[in-house]
Amino acid sequence: MANNQLPDGILVQQYVSGNEQALSHLIERHQSRIYGFIYSKLNDRDLCDDIFQDTFIKVIKNLKTKSYNEEGKFLPWVIRIAHNLIVDHYRKNKKMPMTRETETYSIFEFIKDNSSTIEGQMITEQVEEDLKRLIEELPNDQKEVLVMRMYEDLSFKEISEQTGVSINTALGRMRYALMNLRKLIEKNQIVLTN
Amino acid sequence: MAKIYSKEKLASSKMLPKKETIQLILSYSAAFNVVKVGKLNFEFVAN
Repeated sequence: MANNQLPDGILVQQYVSGNEQALSHLIERHQSRIYGFIYSKLNDRDLCDDIFQDTFIKVIKNLKTKSYNEEGKFLPWVIRIAHNLIVDHYRKNKKMPMTRETETYSIFEFIKDNSSTIEGQMITEQVEEDLKRLIEELPNDQKEVLVMRMYEDLSFKEISEQTGVSINTALGRMRYALMNLRKLIEKNQIVLTN
Repeated sequence: MAKIYSKEKLASSKMLPKKETIQLILSYSAAFNVVKVGKLNFEFVAN
């Protein structure tokens, strides 16, 4: 049987016995799949050649020290060595492999942008504009208290001091301001939701 | 006659390592030897 038709196991045995040509056949047979596997993880031809070379140096060492048990799984074994070297490479460089989006996996399922969208911002602006227009329709005393409380963030004590009315009056004006706002919203059928 | 707008493939679809890489591996293999002494393995690379 020609050497290039022999199973991997026989070629491995021949190589371990000293036939250097057997390694050449093994490389020729599997180089495309091994190199393709490495390239799929690294996307860099020069780096791929380095990892491919390091993979086979490990293969050679393992075979010559007879620490490989032939179970008909030569290719998966070599691929595993290559995989471990790729992991080592990324660990050394402290970066993870680039992830591509597929039909079943989307990076945006894990990463969310919580900032509001342009549409959300426009709705918020519209709601605020509507609310300002409604507040303008309130009686002056109620409007004054509501603006001081909600927009200027003053306490009712501060409002009472600035407007010269008691705290209870300021509270009452605020209550009526809110009631009137609700009535205006219903009357104008305005939707104030964001 | 219809024009062909598809670009000519620049790279071979088959991914293969450089010939120098293969050569280096084979040279390393030829030079690498292991001598077992008792329970110890001595590795050496002959020039």
